[in-house]
Amino acid sequence: MNQPSIDLAGACVDFPIFDAKSRSLKKSVLGRAGGRIGTESKVPIIEALRDIDLALRKGDRVALVGHNGAGKTTILRLMAGIYEPTRGRAAVRGKVAPIFDLAVGMDPEISGLENIIIRGLFLGMTRKEMEARVDDIAEFTELGDYLSMPLRTYSTGMRVRLALGVVTSIDPEILLLDEGIGAVDAEFLAKARGRLNELVERSGILVFASHSDEFLADLCDTAIWMEHGTIKEFGPLRDVLHHYKGRDVLAP
Amino acid sequence: MDDSTAGRERPVIADAPGSRSWARAFDDLAQGWKQRQLWGHLGWQDIKQRYRRSVLGPLWISISMGVIALGLGILYSLLFQTDIRTFLPHVAVGLLIWNFISGCILEGSEVFIANEGLIKFLPAPLSLHVYRLVWRQTLFFLHNLVIWAVLMIVFPHQLGWSLLLAVPAFALLAVNGGWISILSGILATRFRDIPPIIASVVQLAFYLTPIVWSVDILSSNPAVQERARLVEINPLYHFLEIVRAPLLGQHISWFSWAVVAVITVVGWGVGLLCMRNYRARVAYWV
Repeated sequence: MNQPSIDLAGACVDFPIFDAKSRSLKKSVLGRAGGRIGTESKVPIIEALRDIDLALRKGDRVALVGHNGAGKTTILRLMAGIYEPTRGRAAVRGKVAPIFDLAVGMDPEISGLENIIIRGLFLGMTRKEMEARVDDIAEFTELGDYLSMPLRTYSTGMRVRLALGVVTSIDPEILLLDEGIGAVDAEFLAKARGRLNELVERSGILVFASHSDEFLADLCDTAIWMEHGTIKEFGPLRDVLHHYKGRDVLAP
Repeated sequence: MDDSTAGRERPVIADAPGSRSWARAFDDLAQGWKQRQLWGHLGWQDIKQRYRRSVLGPLWISISMGVIALGLGILYSLLFQTDIRTFLPHVAVGLLIWNFISGCILEGSEVFIANEGLIKFLPAPLSLHVYRLVWRQTLFFLHNLVIWAVLMIVFPHQLGWSLLLAVPAFALLAVNGGWISILSGILATRFRDIPPIIASVVQLAFYLTPIVWSVDILSSNPAVQERARLVEINPLYHFLEIVRAPLLGQHISWFSWAVVAVITVVGWGVGLLCMRNYRARVAYWV
């Protein structure tokens, strides 16, 4: 069995913006928010990621920090294989489980139970495998009889529980979490942390984008600081957060 | 960035096929096929979704189709003064095949745009959405086949062993639904003016294809006999013919089969080329 790994070499992600008038966009680099906007070609391009070199191996637990629009979500999607780099190369080995937007791939009209199975199928499981895990997920999410209700009756927190329940039950090798899983209550969060920690120790790589220092400190040991679509710093979590925030937020 | 990565592992990129390679295009199709449990389920879900909370449920597919077929069949058989016993089945069966063809083309042009959320948030092969679409249209077709069965009971036709040809004929139709959705889907995702263009062309094609009229009627009229042969230029006519003829126990035209076979090969060639070159771009374009 191969070890899970993520390798990015000189990877760039350029978004063509077809509906914007090419001349109306400012040529220069924008301020603090957003990637650089290139103007060489006819269609304006947003360089969401530029020359990313990165190698992650089994056991890496990486926090992604940076301002809005710094490229955190884009690099997660690059790791998930949703975007293939426009220049450079990307090689991701291992079973990837992303939790990006919780609403996507979930059908509000069908029951939580059916949604669990569909989500599992999307993550490469078979129907049988998912049916075997339903009890485990029901127990972990504490949703009980609610699982037979249509998903539209669920609160945001309950949906997060469901998504986390599915992802942590299928033993992914690479777990990619985007911010937005903070909607659950503290008690469940503690439980989820325990399960995520267990999962990462057992299986592989975790990349987690969040603005919550506390949550990051709990799950990660290293950090990537993204700025303007490039990696500004990559190192131990405490050092990177120190430089990013300007103060030692994780000082004991 | 150089000093911050010092001491860390350097990325190792194995010599894997790049984004624009035949290997990745075929791999996408193969991976999508492997996930047939998923698109099989989603296709059913799409149908159930449409008729959720209605008493008759998916039966409405057959009923609404039946109403249209009956109405158009009676109207045009009166207009052309033909025998309703042969003309009504001709119109009805033509309509349900057309429904499949136009469904694949029209929904094909929206296949990636409509699935923007899934494409951007969940890693999955692109072909998954195409399989789901063709499967959904197949399910619609199978529901509509009830109408054909009813008509065969009401207006008995001489059906021979050639009826079995309807199965491979429909399979060919579905295979063609694949490349047409890939091609129009990718084009429409990049150029958003394509879907309305396709919609109007399909609308026009409905009248150019012998569905509510028949070639036999024109051929029997010496004045337009020659012009009736022009229908053979219309590729959709051949697709319609290979499925309709066995279902109605008519003469099998091997010429139509040959035309369809050629279109299948050429179409998939173009579709695969498009897949190879632009598969990785779709996530950027949606």
